[in-house]
Amino acid sequence: MASVGVSPGPPAGTLAVRPRRESVSSWPLIDRFWFGLAWLTGVGLCVIAFAIVAIMLVKGIGYLNLSDFTTAPAASLQQNQSGGFSDPIIGTLIVTAIGIAIAAPVGVAIAAWLAEYGRPSWLARTVESAIEMLAGTPSVVLAIFGLAVLSQGFLGFLSEGASKGSLGESFFNAGIVMSLIALPLVVASTREGLFQLPDRLREASYALGKTRATTIRCVLLPAIRPSMASGIVLGMGRIIGDTAIITIVLGATLRNEPVNNVPVIGLLRGTGSTLTSYIFYNSPAGEGNSHEKAYAAAFVLLVIVLLLNSIVTRLTRGPRERRTAFRLPRFGAPRS
Amino acid sequence: MDPLMPPPVRRIALDREPNIAPPRAPAQNGAEAPTQRRATVRPPVAAVRERMQIENVWLAYGENWVVRDVTLPVRQGEVLALIGASGSGKTTLLRSLNRLTEITEGASRAGQITLDGTDIAAQEVNELRRRISMVFQQPNPFPMSIFDNVAYSLAEQAPPRGRRRRRTPEIEQAVTDALQRAGLYEEVAGDLDRPALKLSGGQQQRLCIARALAAKPEVLLLDEPCSALDPISTATIEELIVGLRESVAVVIVTHNLQQAFRVADYVAFMHLGELIEYGPSQQVFDRPVQQRTKDYISGAFG
Repeated sequence: MASVGVSPGPPAGTLAVRPRRESVSSWPLIDRFWFGLAWLTGVGLCVIAFAIVAIMLVKGIGYLNLSDFTTAPAASLQQNQSGGFSDPIIGTLIVTAIGIAIAAPVGVAIAAWLAEYGRPSWLARTVESAIEMLAGTPSVVLAIFGLAVLSQGFLGFLSEGASKGSLGESFFNAGIVMSLIALPLVVASTREGLFQLPDRLREASYALGKTRATTIRCVLLPAIRPSMASGIVLGMGRIIGDTAIITIVLGATLRNEPVNNVPVIGLLRGTGSTLTSYIFYNSPAGEGNSHEKAYAAAFVLLVIVLLLNSIVTRLTRGPRERRTAFRLPRFGAPRS
Repeated sequence: MDPLMPPPVRRIALDREPNIAPPRAPAQNGAEAPTQRRATVRPPVAAVRERMQIENVWLAYGENWVVRDVTLPVRQGEVLALIGASGSGKTTLLRSLNRLTEITEGASRAGQITLDGTDIAAQEVNELRRRISMVFQQPNPFPMSIFDNVAYSLAEQAPPRGRRRRRTPEIEQAVTDALQRAGLYEEVAGDLDRPALKLSGGQQQRLCIARALAAKPEVLLLDEPCSALDPISTATIEELIVGLRESVAVVIVTHNLQQAFRVADYVAFMHLGELIEYGPSQQVFDRPVQQRTKDYISGAFG
């Protein structure tokens, strides 16, 4: 449309003013009391969060060597001979990758079925309760359940142990059990995303002669990519932080122990460790004797989790919100 | 208010020059007054042909009959406007034409609707909806690029995915055609990869029309397409609707009587689910037969 000379803004030198906020001192005393209490708890939480990061930073960074990332751990009573934690880092990455590779597609599929079909409704309700139950089950319970099931001989292709009739401890099995703890998070955030989409989006697609399946695949899921991604990243955070499943289903050996020379499969069928089990082992409460290494590894773990958190925040906030922070418009030249 | 508290202070720039827009020159003023424009200059149509027949149709949500015994023809070459107060069943009737009422739980239908002599209930529903396309009240582009929005409706089922992948010349041509028919191409030609949600409301609605047209429909249903738009966008879309009636049969639901008068060749007035009056728009607006139509048009109710 033809635009008619729109003024770019008030003339130079205009001062933009916001009305001043109402002052707390005008509130009734009781309001001020509760406000102060709420304020204190918020600040208290910040202090605790800051303390975690600060202590880990101080304790961790001092003990952290670059060589820790490349050296495998060794059982030793001497701190300087106990090696680094390259194997646990690799172990964490492998378990997370397997877990999320299972949880992400399955979770999205469950959420899509629940939100878009959900028929018959008794089945949908059952699925929902099952997901809630899974979310509420302690991971150690899932771990011994997983160990019982995955130690069956016919599942020996997943772990060397099971094929020999002993415990089914392996990266494959740990990843499978880990997918169970990530699943509820993926389902919840994907389903929430689908619920929040307006119905007119679906109607628009149906009115163009598209099936439900096409609509979900080509319109709805792409539209909720941020919610799916945040569910997946939250799930990854859960997996990275879990210790019980590692101890029970991965074996929590100090090093990753491939069962044979077959490059990848041999490693994945064998036992190993992750950062969490390494920290547990070396912590003052564990069997190992390298407390400094435990703090260094804890620091690395914390950094990874904080990174994942910041990714979630970014994804859920979206790019637009980030750019337009609180800023007063500036009219013309700044006042001198 | 607390008497001890001083009133909030707000600084207002009092000393600056007033910036009142000077009145525009009269010639410029007259040149763009789209709301004054009447669609009386209608391009002539070569042939009028009956496409759909609505016969004794009853529609219900649950136990509640919202459309009662409506019989109407839909012709290509003419714009049919459904008017009536809120709750008169016009939108439900419109949505039943491409069986979109079926996605609502508990909706039922009696009577027959035919497209080119075939009962629509007997046709494959997705195929039918490609032949009878629909534009909604709220502009509802998909959250993807302008190009993908139109390309999505081209493909039989799954559309071409990705940004530039699988953009064949045929698809490009079809998208361009659809955008041109909807009168949007000139405005967006520079950047078809822009997200559709960045467009203005009027542009979004024209994009939705382009999307509906890209499916090469035979009937176009419009459910109050301009109710969320400003007068200039409305005028653009009305002009577009009148231009389209040659190639597709157009049915439009509108609350706006002026709009019905501007775009429609035939008008059907509905009240509480019943079809009260149907006829050429000139006749319905100038010499309505029914008292209820007279009352509605003169603004007595609704």
